[in-house]
Amino acid sequence: MTTNQNTKFLVGGAVIVLALAYLIYTGVTQSAVYFITPSELAAAAVAGKAYRLGGMVVPGSVHWNPASLDLEFALTDGKGRVPVRHTGTPPDLFGEGRGAVVEGSWTPEGYFKATLIMAKHSENYQAPHGDPSSAAYEEMIRALQRRAPR
Amino acid sequence: MIPELGQGALVVGIVLAVYGAIAAAAGAQTGRPALIESAQRAALAVFALVTACFLLLAYAFLTFDFSVRYVAHQTTLSTPFYYRVTAVWGALEGSILLWAWMLALYTLIVVLRHRGERDLYPWALSVMLGIIAFFLLVMTLPAPPFERLTPVPADGRGLNPLLEDTGMITHPVALYLGFTGFTVPFAFAMAALVTGRVGDAWITTTRRWTIVAWYFLSLGLLIGGWWSYHVLGWGGYWAWDPVENAAFMPWLTGTALLHSAMIQERRRMLKLWNISLVILTFGLTIFGTFLTRSGVIASVHAFSQGSIGAFFLAFLGLVLLVAFGGLAWRWDRLTAQGELDSILSRESAFLLNNVFLVAAAFTVFFGTVFPLLSEAIRGVKVSVGAPFFNQVNVPLFLSLIFLMGVGPLIAWRRASIDNLKRNFLGPVAIGLVAAAVLHLVGVRSTLAVLTLALALFAAATIALDVLRGTRARLRTGAGLARAVTGLLLRHNRRYGGFVIHLGILLVALGVTGSQAWSVQTEATLKRGQAVEVAGYRFRFEGLSATQESTHARVVGTFAVSRGGGAPIVMRPSKKFYRQEQAPIAGVDYRMGLTEDLYLVLGDFARDGSAATVKVLVNRLVSWIWIGGLVLTLGALLAIVPDDRAA
Repeated sequence: MTTNQNTKFLVGGAVIVLALAYLIYTGVTQSAVYFITPSELAAAAVAGKAYRLGGMVVPGSVHWNPASLDLEFALTDGKGRVPVRHTGTPPDLFGEGRGAVVEGSWTPEGYFKATLIMAKHSENYQAPHGDPSSAAYEEMIRALQRRAPR
Repeated sequence: MIPELGQGALVVGIVLAVYGAIAAAAGAQTGRPALIESAQRAALAVFALVTACFLLLAYAFLTFDFSVRYVAHQTTLSTPFYYRVTAVWGALEGSILLWAWMLALYTLIVVLRHRGERDLYPWALSVMLGIIAFFLLVMTLPAPPFERLTPVPADGRGLNPLLEDTGMITHPVALYLGFTGFTVPFAFAMAALVTGRVGDAWITTTRRWTIVAWYFLSLGLLIGGWWSYHVLGWGGYWAWDPVENAAFMPWLTGTALLHSAMIQERRRMLKLWNISLVILTFGLTIFGTFLTRSGVIASVHAFSQGSIGAFFLAFLGLVLLVAFGGLAWRWDRLTAQGELDSILSRESAFLLNNVFLVAAAFTVFFGTVFPLLSEAIRGVKVSVGAPFFNQVNVPLFLSLIFLMGVGPLIAWRRASIDNLKRNFLGPVAIGLVAAAVLHLVGVRSTLAVLTLALALFAAATIALDVLRGTRARLRTGAGLARAVTGLLLRHNRRYGGFVIHLGILLVALGVTGSQAWSVQTEATLKRGQAVEVAGYRFRFEGLSATQESTHARVVGTFAVSRGGGAPIVMRPSKKFYRQEQAPIAGVDYRMGLTEDLYLVLGDFARDGSAATVKVLVNRLVSWIWIGGLVLTLGALLAIVPDDRAA
């Protein structure tokens, strides 16, 4: 390979690498989401910054208004407690006393505005046999079957 | 008894695989055919033993043998027959077994096809048996499928309900056939390094293997997207989840390899690059398993991790060390002989294609491990989500679509102005006209206009080439149908590639359409109330409930109409599983060429008087599946043995 060609390759390669680095850099700065716990957020919340907040849904804290689609609950890690608001139906695996990860930002009004709620599933889980919620489901199914128009 | 038999078969399998690997290597080194034949018999026995393990585990599932921990965790007495079969590979232990079985199968086919060859084959056999030995070892220590459970429970825990889907038979099987398939080119590349025969023999030997692996990996990714779309109920097909990325990275480097191998065959260039790509692709399949099975990424969410991660990481380290060590050892022989003559040439288009594909693989890798990097370096847990992957990859993919149009028609070595005019004036004009028309009809998204214009440009180059080839054949007096089929079969690799390109363009159309024009809304409706989305009226008619074998189902009935047309009925549901604390969505959808209607039932009043429903009108999504079908047909065409080559 001639020296001239080598130079061309080096320049071409450098341009591509720099462009890629720029793409990645802007990508990261614009979409980085900080993973924090409720106590960390409570200690140092920056309004407007994108966070991914993970914790347990505090039992008794969930208020869901189907008519307005407003969902309110609190997340805790045992030490801190953060109020969260969201618009839309909670995901299927969401529930009181269970883990949830929410994405969004802290508002100056003093609550976490969630744009996304994730309730992670795993292929290995415990069987809640005899769980009170399971009995509640069965009762609900029976009630719906009685009322079914068919 | 059954579990002990399985465990025994595993241990014997490891011994034979290690023996076979050593015998094949010794046979290759000393040139004694008896040793190689012995290694072949060992490979055959390993295949039989792993098959036996698989059947024994399947038997344990079919007979509800809850004394086996894996069976007890993956089934209940109410699991239907079909899902007891797919549950065999529904979780970690079984999926490693499936992987090992496929490796053994590929090895068997390699033995059948290449036995008697002396150059590369014995070493390749040795490498493949060594890799099988590793996977069998994983099954004896960190992921034992046959481990006993005491006390034996009366009933099992049950399969993850999300896996109770017909996609669960095809998706993992296709994906794993893809992953394991890349072991064959890797093994032959290693053989080339060991023997020093780093010329073109290994490339031509493994060309079809690479297409086969790529075909299955593509199929696996597509079925995965389909599963996500119709089971998970969020209306999307791709989320840049680490598990998806793990399969996408080797697909990207494997695609690069398919292209760069052609350059080596035609121009004797890129030897070093091709071997590196094979190592990278194989390494990424192992890395993907490490990523998805070790829980290392999920550890950001503070889950526990077992020892399996360490196993895979150590194996990956060993593979990369040995492979790149061999590369350094053969450095002198690998430095290219061909030269790039001009930037306006097919070589350079292919080279750029490779650079962009590998760059895309790198950005996906970077984004996937970013949480680990930032935690290790800066001590903060930061992740980058879908916006990062979209933002960084969109320019790369658009460049790739452009190159898809340029590459196949531009001249080798150095393109003349005449060559460029003859081949690209028409397609460029078509692309520009398409952009103008899209703008005039009111498409405001620059990204959508750009993507569709580029896709039309690329499609036009393909059409131009097929048209020319057909016309040439018509001149020889053949009929139209014969001319086209003759063209496709005579140059099946070239036209198989074109069909795959067409498939990719259709997928691009679907992705663009669904990203740019889909609409969705969410509403709580009382019985008789309706919500309007994109000209459709969705009226809530009521709720009903049914009991099915594994779950109870609450079904919402919606009458969907448009204008004065007769309404159709859609029934999204929620499924309640006994072993699950939360319900699973049962999506209802109507697919169409221009748009899909997609309903997800949310919360509902216990008396059935009201329900929250998510309504999505997804545009052009069907073209992703149609494109996928076209793509797999193209891959099949490219795999068909061509009559020219030996």
